[in-house]
Amino acid sequence: MGIELILFEIALTFYFAAAIVCVLELFKGTRTTSTIMLSLAVAGFLFHASNIIARYVLSGHIPIANLHEASSFFSWCIVFLFLFLEYRYRLGLLGSFIMPVVFIIMLSSSMLPRKMEPLSPVLQSYWLGIHTVLAFVGDAAFALAFGIGIMYLVQEHYVKSRRLGGLFQRLPSLQILDEINYKLITIGFPLLTLAIITGALWAESAWGSYWRWDPKEVWSLITWFIYAVVLHVRLIVGWRGRRAAILSILGFCVVLFTFFGVNFILKSKHTF
Amino acid sequence: MKVLVLGVNHKTASVEIRERLAFNGPKLEEGVLALRQLEEVKEVAVLSTCNRVELYACVGNTAAASERIKDFLAGFHGIKRAEFEKSLYVHGGPDAVQHVFRVSSSLDSMVVGEPQILGQIKDAFEFALAKKTTGVLLNKLMKKAISTAKRVRTETRIAENAVSISFAAVELAKKIFTNLGGKSFMLLGAGEMAELAARHLVNNGVQDVMVVNRTYERGCELADEFKGKAVRWEDFLREIVHADIVICSTGAPGYVLLKEQMQKVMKERRQRPVFIIDISVPRNIDPEINKIDNVYLYSVDDLQEVVDTNVHGRKLEAEKAEMIIAEEMEKFDRWMASLDSVPTIVALRQKAEDIRREELERLRSRLPGLDAEQMKAVEYLATAIINKLIHPPTVALKEDSEDRDELIAMIKKLYGINGEEE
Repeated sequence: MGIELILFEIALTFYFAAAIVCVLELFKGTRTTSTIMLSLAVAGFLFHASNIIARYVLSGHIPIANLHEASSFFSWCIVFLFLFLEYRYRLGLLGSFIMPVVFIIMLSSSMLPRKMEPLSPVLQSYWLGIHTVLAFVGDAAFALAFGIGIMYLVQEHYVKSRRLGGLFQRLPSLQILDEINYKLITIGFPLLTLAIITGALWAESAWGSYWRWDPKEVWSLITWFIYAVVLHVRLIVGWRGRRAAILSILGFCVVLFTFFGVNFILKSKHTF
Repeated sequence: MKVLVLGVNHKTASVEIRERLAFNGPKLEEGVLALRQLEEVKEVAVLSTCNRVELYACVGNTAAASERIKDFLAGFHGIKRAEFEKSLYVHGGPDAVQHVFRVSSSLDSMVVGEPQILGQIKDAFEFALAKKTTGVLLNKLMKKAISTAKRVRTETRIAENAVSISFAAVELAKKIFTNLGGKSFMLLGAGEMAELAARHLVNNGVQDVMVVNRTYERGCELADEFKGKAVRWEDFLREIVHADIVICSTGAPGYVLLKEQMQKVMKERRQRPVFIIDISVPRNIDPEINKIDNVYLYSVDDLQEVVDTNVHGRKLEAEKAEMIIAEEMEKFDRWMASLDSVPTIVALRQKAEDIRREELERLRSRLPGLDAEQMKAVEYLATAIINKLIHPPTVALKEDSEDRDELIAMIKKLYGINGEEE
């Protein structure tokens, strides 16, 4: 077993432990549990980063060449953004809504073929790095918006129904959740837009046409429309709060489908 | 002599009835004096606040007196008896005493534990005292009501309730807005609880304060207190668009803010969240409003429920308070009983008899040479003297005069007869 695989297993184990602590935290959270969870997540993140670097060194190209690598990189981006938000805003319980998602994506990644294959000539282009990194950082922002959206709905339910038990005290305020949700989408949306544009440019240079109605392209476009609607109604009509949260949850489900579903169900030129 | 309480409060009567029965401004003096003139009423005091109107009286026959007072209320306020009789509660004797103690201890308040009621009771009695419509009984009752309320406040945690309700409102606001700094706030109407909650919000950083009141002048006064601006009643729908937090306590009989109106407001404020607290009884804001996105409506009962998460502890405190009241009632009863003339006459005789016996005893040891006949003559002399001395007060006590209670108290004091409580 290569060093990069061992690093991957270690990262996966740390994420697993972090996810367990996160779920436990929902039931009984203290300062200590959240510190433990963060330490586990940071450790996982560092091993994960070493794994990606190791793969880069070994293969000689950015390790986003198959579905295993792509989903691994995707979850790494999510953890990165999560840790950043945690550092910046100290949103209690965000981990409980994000780390399980990270773990599930990592787990699916671990079950996919991990072999490092030489890149097919079509993919050998500087576009590979630019297009995929933009797409995954954008998607990671949407993943966080998804987690925040769920937190918003839970907290909103407490406030609306006037039952202030359970997680009410530990969840952040509605306003901050709504603001961060909006911020994340304003980060994710331009990145997604750029990813689609760079993808089109790359397609032109590789296959000679910008847009080929490939299922991946179509679903990316649907995703783009959903988030465009979220931003549009917010800026024009002032839709915020619950509706924005629901849309961002829906948006991320489409992102996940675009990412995994299209590959398994529909045939696509994209290997991931 | 019995204590009689007649009244309406927020639980038994609508705002409209309460307002019509209220003794406002000059009506208070006029009413108290007129009530005192009634044949059946020996002493009287009137409490009139926005949540309750109560008459405290000292009467001979509770049934006759309450009939008479009801007629008086109908005539004085120009309202038919049938209109308010159903909302009226009448307590006589120990029940009346208990009621007064519960009111002063704020157990009967809309928000249990709110501190203003004690001051209002004090004012009511002091006013009656100044107008000389009270006597021994009501004066004692007032003193007791105040000391009982103070005991309840210091020995139980009931008083924390009102504070914790405003605290809960602030906590909730923080879970909606994160930070109250820079948020704007509208106080719709007035009232003790509303002002208490408003003060808590302002202390937590709320900045722009708007005060809306049906009487613009009153609004201005309150606005000054919060360093805000007064808004005319007609303009409140236009101004509510700018409010992030609204506390409503107008005392209107119906809704002052409907769902359709609020939907328009939300459109105008581009769906920015609003936190509305409706303290009014009956409610002034359509509960349906809570269904609108980004609108969070809480009534006092909702806040009370939030506070009540520790129901057991609160019940315990209430029980403790009721126990204190029961204790104080017993003391008051004992004092009342001691007011009755028969025990006083007995005590007076006993006292005289004790003095006679003591003095004869002393004489016997000082002049052992006295024979039986001489001794008998001396004994007779002593008995005659004390009998002659206590005869007039005994007659006075037996007479059913109007100031008998005062007389009893005075005689006890003059002759140093104990038999009072404590």
